[in-house]
Amino acid sequence: MNNQMFAATQLNQKNQRTEKLVQLLFILMASLLILPVLVILATLVVKGGSILSIDFLFTDPTNGMTEGGIFPALLGTIWLVAVALIISVPLGIAAAIYLSEYAPDNWFTRLINLAIINLAGVPSIVHALFGLGAFVVFFGFGTSILSASLTLAIMTLPVVIVSTREALQAVPHSFREACWNMGATRWQTIRRVVLPNAVSGILTGIILEVSRTAGETAPIMFTGAVFFSPFLPQGIMDQTMAMSLHLFVVSTQVPGVPENLPYGVALVLIGMVLLMNSVSIAFRMHLRGKKKW
Amino acid sequence: MVTEASPIKLEIKDLAVSYGGQTAISGVNLSIREHEIFGIIGPANAGKTSFLKAINRMDMFDTNMQVEGNVLFNGQDVRKWRNVYALRSRIGVVFPLPVGLPMSVYDNVALSPQLRGIKEKAELDVIVERCLTRAALWDEVKDRLDTLGSLLSGGQQQRLTIARALSQEPELLILDEFSIAVDPVTTMRIEDVLKELKSEMTIILVTNLVQQARRLADRTAFFLDGECVEIAETEALFTRQASDSRTRDYVEGRFG
Repeated sequence: MNNQMFAATQLNQKNQRTEKLVQLLFILMASLLILPVLVILATLVVKGGSILSIDFLFTDPTNGMTEGGIFPALLGTIWLVAVALIISVPLGIAAAIYLSEYAPDNWFTRLINLAIINLAGVPSIVHALFGLGAFVVFFGFGTSILSASLTLAIMTLPVVIVSTREALQAVPHSFREACWNMGATRWQTIRRVVLPNAVSGILTGIILEVSRTAGETAPIMFTGAVFFSPFLPQGIMDQTMAMSLHLFVVSTQVPGVPENLPYGVALVLIGMVLLMNSVSIAFRMHLRGKKKW
Repeated sequence: MVTEASPIKLEIKDLAVSYGGQTAISGVNLSIREHEIFGIIGPANAGKTSFLKAINRMDMFDTNMQVEGNVLFNGQDVRKWRNVYALRSRIGVVFPLPVGLPMSVYDNVALSPQLRGIKEKAELDVIVERCLTRAALWDEVKDRLDTLGSLLSGGQQQRLTIARALSQEPELLILDEFSIAVDPVTTMRIEDVLKELKSEMTIILVTNLVQQARRLADRTAFFLDGECVEIAETEALFTRQASDSRTRDYVEGRFG
């Protein structure tokens, strides 16, 4: 009697089989995602690893860029990313705070949200042309780190805004109400309770932004990055070389480049992004470790 | 002792609250005297919480919520207070679900004094200890004031919420079903504290426990389906026959 009661029916068995099948399918799909990453990294290491050295990182390119190192490009990318971050992070976070904490739900807010979504969808080459027209020509910044970084900043703003807004929204509403009940203003509430608990989410957005900014080529091509420069940039009004553009140049524009050079450049570029990401991820995990609720 | 002659702390005139056209409560008229514990009983959905939200202007944060009628705090319409934050800081509120803010226990209680501009560490220490003691929580947390408030147990968080409300040094303390998450023994301890606090502030006690209102409240109002059915001296409401049959049924446990 008991055995019968607990025996699996045909329907049970069928459900279990389906469950296993579906799980397998999902695992397979998820694993597929790792594949391209591994293949890319492996290819770069195999083909470009041989050129890596301290000298490669810290010397100028020589002999029509077919020999020597990549120092000006490396430094240039750091400049571009840093200036872009300085512009877009405060702007993006401020906008996100307004949208999440202050904005009423009306046509104006909806318009801003629509604009953000559209800004995220604009192709990078269009951003490049916009940057050329607006910053290089109209504002007269010329082709400079400033123009290029402004272009990059505008391009990555949606990422910062959307991820920051989501991080803020993830902080339970009851915390805000508890503060308001005590007579705290909206800003006091944001500063004391909401922001400290949204930091890790905000950092995620910034990580994404760094990766994208470091890798973009089109937006900086017309606005501040140059093919080759004998000088290192001294300030934000200078032109600069950049890793992404340098990779494009040594891969396609210059004859007689040894095969391992472009791969080496790509490896350094990807290494830079991974390094910056892992620093922020480590920081984020440190913050997350102290679970708040 | 509260008497007929005590000054009126809070006066409600023709109060109605609705959410997007749906009425939560209407036609409420009552006045609460200084140093009184005013009990409000009634089943769920009677409009008790909506009533409370109208008092400290929480409708400002809920665009869906409409308030009509007048709420006079110290004789002044709460909607005409120029500084709504000052108004809220004088009204301490404890809602049914405990909210331990994700900061240390110490900061939870020190936050409101800090917002008032108290910076002196020694002064804050005194306030924190006094408020936690009154909320019957000090003994349990005095050795770990740096634990996150949001990681305390439910009952402890509720007492932390009460301590936080007390740290505002409010003129009016509103407790909305505070005992839901607290064990009976602790509830009794807090009830004793409330009896003492009466000399310093006015207290509105919303409760599901009919007997709690009977133990504490000077006067009690019965809310039902968005209507304030009856207000009476607590003893009269419970011992003699209440004037409305619905109140009698509720108090005697025939429904609700």
